[in-house]
Amino acid sequence: MKKKIRVLVGKPGLDGHDRGAKVVAAALRDAGIEVIYTGLHQTSESIVEAAIQEDVDVIGLSILSGAHMTLFPRIIELLKEKNAEDILVIGGGIIPEEDIEKLYKMGVKKIFTPGTPTGTIIEFIKKVIK
Amino acid sequence: MTIKKECEKKYDKNMERKKDFSTISNLPIKPIYAPSNNPNFQFEKDLNFPGEYPYTRGVYTNMYRGRLWTMRQFSGFGTAQDTNKRYKYLLKHGQTGLSVAFDFPTLYGRDSDNPMALGEVGKCGVAIDTLKDMEILFDGIPLDKISTSMTINPPAAMLLAMYIVVGEKQGIPPEKLTGTIQNDMLKEYQAQKTWIYPPEPSMRIITDILEYCSENVPKWNTISISGYHIREAGSTALQELAFTLANGLTYVEYGIKAGLDVDKFAPRLSFFFDAHLDFFEEIAKYRAARRIWARMMKEKFKAKNPRSHLMRFHTQTAGCSLTAQQPENNIIRTAFQALAAVLGGTQSLHTNSMDETYALPTEKAVKIAVRTQQLIAYETGVPNTIDPLGGSYFVENLTDKLEKLTYEYFDKIEILGGVISAIDKGFFQREISQSAYKYQRALDKKEKYHIGVNIFDEEEKVDIETLKIPKEVEENQRKTLEKVKTERNNAKVKESLKKLSNAAKNGENLMPKIIECVREYATLGEMCETLKEEFGVYREPIIF
Repeated sequence: MKKKIRVLVGKPGLDGHDRGAKVVAAALRDAGIEVIYTGLHQTSESIVEAAIQEDVDVIGLSILSGAHMTLFPRIIELLKEKNAEDILVIGGGIIPEEDIEKLYKMGVKKIFTPGTPTGTIIEFIKKVIK
Repeated sequence: MTIKKECEKKYDKNMERKKDFSTISNLPIKPIYAPSNNPNFQFEKDLNFPGEYPYTRGVYTNMYRGRLWTMRQFSGFGTAQDTNKRYKYLLKHGQTGLSVAFDFPTLYGRDSDNPMALGEVGKCGVAIDTLKDMEILFDGIPLDKISTSMTINPPAAMLLAMYIVVGEKQGIPPEKLTGTIQNDMLKEYQAQKTWIYPPEPSMRIITDILEYCSENVPKWNTISISGYHIREAGSTALQELAFTLANGLTYVEYGIKAGLDVDKFAPRLSFFFDAHLDFFEEIAKYRAARRIWARMMKEKFKAKNPRSHLMRFHTQTAGCSLTAQQPENNIIRTAFQALAAVLGGTQSLHTNSMDETYALPTEKAVKIAVRTQQLIAYETGVPNTIDPLGGSYFVENLTDKLEKLTYEYFDKIEILGGVISAIDKGFFQREISQSAYKYQRALDKKEKYHIGVNIFDEEEKVDIETLKIPKEVEENQRKTLEKVKTERNNAKVKESLKKLSNAAKNGENLMPKIIECVREYATLGEMCETLKEEFGVYREPIIF
């Protein structure tokens, strides 16, 4: 039997906007993906630790606070430190175009901006995790 | 043949362009409305004149013919200096009130040097650590001439205390200060998710503020009971209305339970609603809200002062309705939403800027947003008469329906043991996230439309200027904080924090102790940590 894709949906930092994270988590779940939702106010360390423990394929981060240029690189750095670079990092939130380019260079696989249909996210994950 | 039958015959389903017509919140809409749709409608009982019970048509007799709504843009970013400059810009361009946006560390009562603050300082609001920052924030802005709204919840008491002390330093006594603190913790547990302490101690802090302000800062709005965040988190219009009012009634209950006179604190409660996309549903929501509040305050709580019956409210257009795609369309969305708020009789209004799905707004984008309000005020003629939609068969029907359905939600909440018990059970959180998901599914299936997202979408390279918060902000803020800590009298800070801790233990009103801490330049983090030791911290139930 094919192993189910596992995704950790994480809310790093102090940002309390969880509508997007929850909607994406529910949509992924309904698309047959195993979802672990961390809840709010997680540190980068606790997200990486949970991702490794739960053996996920993808970490999806939701950041609407403007702290994306600090939190994404921190999480990617921690994954490298733990030899867990095979876990893909994607994200969404209030993120300007020019930062998206920079985040891709740092190793973030994909950023989805507000208004993205959930189907696009599901398709993307199913395509990259085979 | 009655009008109703006539209509049903004429508007045969086969002639219609789609199967279901409903509001964005899924309330069914008939093809046409007539007197027969509102058979029990009584002018004096349900509508009456503006400024008359049950205030359906507006809280004041002359509404915008007397004075326009306050144009109040929510803003704050970077350091106190950066934001002070933006405030002066907004005031110069005709804004009539201030509204402070704080950064996340401030919202959570943490100092800029707290490890969890990393990357967040000054990002989505202004960073405030001590009285020093607040002095800079309001430098050159006379606090007796301007009213200030502060979106702050768990540390509301501390920020209000700082405002009071800044006022004193400008030579303005607390009784002359006008403004609002949000201070609405119930909706934090339900929707906005900015919390420190568990619900019960939070309610104690709130009632302390109610008591203190009714004696000392009588013109201050002590709670801004907010539906905005409930709606933005994904609720329907009905849920926004029902949950917000249920929260409001809970504050009144707690105030009375704490021994306060309802007619002393209720007149200073104010409200805050969303203005979403569905034009008439929003207008009906505001009208129903005023009527329900008046009825509950008079009938349930026996408030005698007519000012206790008044629902005064601020409105903000719906951030969640804005799209990253074709961002200029956001200007138009915001204009329709602002118009709904004005037709609904709002007391103050914030219009969102077109670039807010990317970042905090640029000066240019904010100016367009302010101009949008000015266009409504000075060009459309809409404010020339009061409640122009009063008596519309449709709007009255929708208003009645929302009122009736709100009472049904009140009953549900009552069965769950009241608002706090329903929060513990995850009731609101579940209701809101289910509605959010349902709406997203409807978009994905194209049962509902969002321009640029699932209809009239196009491949485009968005070229939009965005506001940048320089990296140095965080570092500079930490330096300022460090400097304050070395210059203040640390023994006195310690002493004032000890008094605060004692008051938390023995039930004394916390406000005077917090003011004392603020005067000694205790940090926000130090004050909140002191209370955390007594009150504990909240942990959310995880629901999606």
